[in-house]
Amino acid sequence: MCVVDYNSKARFMIYFDKVSKWYSGGNSVAIEDITFQVAPHEFVSIVGHSGAGKSTLLKLLIAEDKPSEGTVFYESIDIHKIPRGKLPKYRRRIGTVFQDFKLLPHKTAFENIAFAMEANGRSDEEIAENVPQALALVDLEDKIFNFPHELSGGEKQRVAIARAIVNQPDIIIADEPTGNLDPIATYEVVQILKKINDLGTTVIMTTHNKGVIDELGRRVLTMDSGKIVRDDASGKYVL
Amino acid sequence: MWVAFKRIIRSGGIGFWRNAFVSLSSVFVMTVALFVIGSIMMIDQILGASLAQIESKVDINVYFTVEAPESDIQALQTRLEALPEVAEVTYTSREQALAEFRERHSGDELTIQALEELGDNPLGASLAIRANNTGQYEGIALFLDEQQSSESPQAPVIDRVNFVKNREAIDKLSSIIEVVEKASIIAMLVLIVAAVAITFNTIRLAIYTSREEISVMRLVGASNTFIRGPFMLQGILYGLVSGVLSLVIIYPILIWLGPGTESFFQFNILSYFIGNFGHIFLIIVGSGVFLGLVSSALAVSRYLRV
Repeated sequence: MCVVDYNSKARFMIYFDKVSKWYSGGNSVAIEDITFQVAPHEFVSIVGHSGAGKSTLLKLLIAEDKPSEGTVFYESIDIHKIPRGKLPKYRRRIGTVFQDFKLLPHKTAFENIAFAMEANGRSDEEIAENVPQALALVDLEDKIFNFPHELSGGEKQRVAIARAIVNQPDIIIADEPTGNLDPIATYEVVQILKKINDLGTTVIMTTHNKGVIDELGRRVLTMDSGKIVRDDASGKYVL
Repeated sequence: MWVAFKRIIRSGGIGFWRNAFVSLSSVFVMTVALFVIGSIMMIDQILGASLAQIESKVDINVYFTVEAPESDIQALQTRLEALPEVAEVTYTSREQALAEFRERHSGDELTIQALEELGDNPLGASLAIRANNTGQYEGIALFLDEQQSSESPQAPVIDRVNFVKNREAIDKLSSIIEVVEKASIIAMLVLIVAAVAITFNTIRLAIYTSREEISVMRLVGASNTFIRGPFMLQGILYGLVSGVLSLVIIYPILIWLGPGTESFFQFNILSYFIGNFGHIFLIIVGSGVFLGLVSSALAVSRYLRV
């Protein structure tokens, strides 16, 4: 664990300062006294058993949930002090990818991605230009007008990634992005995330998959019972 | 701003179409609810018309003595007309009364002969008094009672007042009217509350199926207005379609009922419907739109809380 320099926290993109979260009046502790930072352009994997607190950590980061104690900074903003009306604006700087894809079922691949841009107030011209580009990046140009139920798991996840990156966010948060995928789709998704990271976007990913971690060779945070137990710069999956 | 508005309209329309099954069931339930409201409106009209019809048949008659001077009768008529409870006073002179009597008994030789024998006109003049509503006859009867008792016994003007005879009928009728009116208000309220509750629940269920969608929209950074807009538009569309549908259902029923109501209540519900169509359309479609809009806004808000 590194020593925190409070004066230099602005150098970090994300900074968790002694954050704890418990549910039902303190009976069930999800995470406890978590402190870590993420620098711009990093690719951080968070590993740990189910219930170790990985998802809670990500929920706090996208302001889906409030910490019971401690502060979460994004650049120098305390994200849980952002007024509710301004939250959508903050969330547009973060692209999210989930295990269950969370695509809008009644929208085509194109519309799913376009929706994120529409919500961002982009013009129709930008949408017409950027959506095919995003789909090309995830190698799905030919599925542009398919509905989610017409796509395989790996394809759905790639649409979700295209949606997450289309607004050029500062960070991609991926919660178990390969959890529902077969090995080949897993490999493809990880390659895409790596490519996005190489293009300059910070990626934070939680995973169970030992192969993914070993293959990435990037920074690994290991969590156990709500605490960070290891933080390796180029880690292996150790549990 | 305009772009956002256009997008809300478009995605609301698409949502209505692609969620066809959910839309259909919402529209169906709302149509039934609005049909109930429309039927209540029609029944209320029929009820009101028939009560008015019955009420207009009730009156008090004051019969004057044969010797009563016309000036006294006219003075009483003027005083009666000055009473706030009185709607109308109709004067029937002795000559008119005789003419009416002759007409009524035109086939009855014996009675006409008896009348001829008398030579003089045996009938007195009379006043028929109608009150604004049935509950007010009591007061008018009291007033007439006072008039009668203040007269000099040597030269009475008022022969008799038929209120006491009609009293029981009038009392019964007033209480029936009162009960019917109260019952119909209660029935209406219950039905309207039920219709609103059912509609609200249906739309909530329709949006419940979209709760995942709403959370996804929030995650990609859509503002609350941007999320709520299409759902509210869908609610408006539900209301619009259901309102028109329920009117389309009511119309043939009224064609069927029209002649019946005409002969029974002297009130044709079909011509009322056609004559006031703009008004009825506004109420039914307007309440549909309002219901749809409010229900969806409330339902979406549930899933917008962070």
